Amino acid sequence: MSTWISNFYHRNGTALSIFLLLSVLFWVFILIVLPQLFMMDFSFRHNLPPADIGGAKDVYTLENYQYMIYGSAQSEGSYNTVDLTVFARTLIAAIFVTLFDLAICYPIAFYLAHSAYGGAARLMVLSLIVPFWVNEILRAFAFRIMFGATGVINNFLIWAGILDQPYDFIRNDVALYAGLGYAFILLMIFPIYNTVESLDRNQIEAARDLGSPWWRIHWRVVIPYAKPGITSGCTMVFMLTAGALAAPQILGGPSSLWFTQIIYQWFNTGNNWPQGSAYAIILLATCIAFVLIMMKVFKVKLGEIAR
Amino acid sequence: MSAGVDLENVWIKFGEFIAARDVNINIKEGEFFSFLGPSGCGKTTLLRAVSGFLEPSEGMVKIGGEDMKGIGPNKRPTALIFQNLALFPLMTVWENIAFALEVKGVGKAERRKRADELLNLIALPGQGDKMVHELSGGQKQRVAIARALAAEPDVLLLDEPLSALDLKLRQHMRTELRAIQQRVGITFIYITHDQGEALTMSDHIAVMREGVIEQVADGTDMYDHPETAFVASFVGENNLFKGEVSDINGEQAVVDTNVGRVRARLASLPKERQLETGDSAFVFVRPESLKFANGAEADNRIKAKIHQEEFEGQFWQVFLNVADGAKKIKMSLVNDGSDLKHEVGADVTLTFQPELAVALPEGPLAQE
Repeated sequence: MSTWISNFYHRNGTALSIFLLLSVLFWVFILIVLPQLFMMDFSFRHNLPPADIGGAKDVYTLENYQYMIYGSAQSEGSYNTVDLTVFARTLIAAIFVTLFDLAICYPIAFYLAHSAYGGAARLMVLSLIVPFWVNEILRAFAFRIMFGATGVINNFLIWAGILDQPYDFIRNDVALYAGLGYAFILLMIFPIYNTVESLDRNQIEAARDLGSPWWRIHWRVVIPYAKPGITSGCTMVFMLTAGALAAPQILGGPSSLWFTQIIYQWFNTGNNWPQGSAYAIILLATCIAFVLIMMKVFKVKLGEIAR
Repeated sequence: MSAGVDLENVWIKFGEFIAARDVNINIKEGEFFSFLGPSGCGKTTLLRAVSGFLEPSEGMVKIGGEDMKGIGPNKRPTALIFQNLALFPLMTVWENIAFALEVKGVGKAERRKRADELLNLIALPGQGDKMVHELSGGQKQRVAIARALAAEPDVLLLDEPLSALDLKLRQHMRTELRAIQQRVGITFIYITHDQGEALTMSDHIAVMREGVIEQVADGTDMYDHPETAFVASFVGENNLFKGEVSDINGEQAVVDTNVGRVRARLASLPKERQLETGDSAFVFVRPESLKFANGAEADNRIKAKIHQEEFEGQFWQVFLNVADGAKKIKMSLVNDGSDLKHEVGADVTLTFQPELAVALPEGPLAQE
């Protein structure tokens, strides 16, 4: 460690080394670790009026976490089914959106990396990127209009004779899943594209030459090779979907709550920061645990993702 | 099982570019056949047409007498060994070898057994559980061969598979490849730009230039009886004297060159290409066919000045300037113990036997 530091100094000189170290420390501690520690600290405290903060009542407690499971202390013996259901549904929906994105993005990434050339490839990348210049909220509202009762899609389906009357895409969460799926498409495509692109074409041809049908080429050669990219993409899409707020707020049906919306309510309308922090921490910890378990299951190391 | 390969009037075009021009070749079953040519001559393209990765623009590829049109690479009885081998890095050695069996739906135990047998064939017993990156270059080479053989192809296609190896290993692998071919008895089609590889391993060689097959022959014929100027200049080393045919004398041509009148064997060519009096001709003389004249010869006397000598142990390589000084020629003298050392700058007279030189119609040469 000490030799590494002295090497680092020699390589970069004093001024640059100090700048690099300080900026990294600032980034990691001030911007990432410290706020989360505050949140952590909040989540173990009672929601007290300002006068009582620092007073005798200001002690650590697990009640905010207990609330997530059992509801308020009065409703002894029963579970907080509302929040738990929303929590589970959010995670399942996030998994669903992630798999949906993977199914769409893997072929696109593979095509981009190995079949598209020159102008066509550039056009394709551009048409993937440009829509993301549009503001997230605007995009969500556009989806809402598109999927609305008199939106393009309903109009088309009625015109084509597939539907007699408009289908409520919003109430049935189709708009929400479509919006979420679309929102993070690039985060799925590019990591996969990056890994697949470095795959030697001859590997694909060799498998084909040895008699392999196309699906086995992907199953045995391309997908194992792209696994780090796939994991990286899935991780990001899953985390961001589970933590999305704008899209569920705008596109979600009236009856379906996203877990982030509950967190938002605790912070904002409920004015209960400790409770909100506890919920946020639960979401964060669960997502990280889930991702780590999945990585274990699919035998991907953290270092590979960073490649 | 083994199968012959026939290319009939094969043309391969990429837009304006013609990669193969009316190629006609019969490769007999069980034969070791090489395509030899400089890079960009179209030999890899031909191989891809045989393996099925591309279809000829015109003409027919037949394997075992059957037209392969519309049959994809995964359905052809060929297996290709890639220049960079293209082993699957995330599979173990035995999984690599057994991949073709996995595709066929062979059970795991049987696959493993077959892989182990092939590992024995390529002299890598017990290495099946290693990962590919743990092997040396020569070992990877052999695994690639085993992986292709596991598919039980009728024809094995090899695209310069030795080019990544160092010289020693390359020479070793030549012998090995030839031995494996004889053991398994299937047709090998080998692509190379290295004439040493082609000459040592092949039953027959096709020399290619710019999409055209220049000549098909066995190794000794290709060296001793070249039929085009390109083959004469590409295969082995050759000294070239340009001139005009002044007389045809039975099996020999008399050619007036800038180093004087020389007599050389007349190459036996199809009638329309046969040299006639008055034609421009190239006379090729191998470095080992040149000798110092002892004064008794009537013909083929070339005056030269020694420019440089290089000792290579087995040979002396002598570089000379011929009379007008513009042209350098090379002669190889076997180091037989006699004192061959000649003074640099000495004027000498060289000679060669007419039957050891060949007169050919002028044509494009291999690049130096």
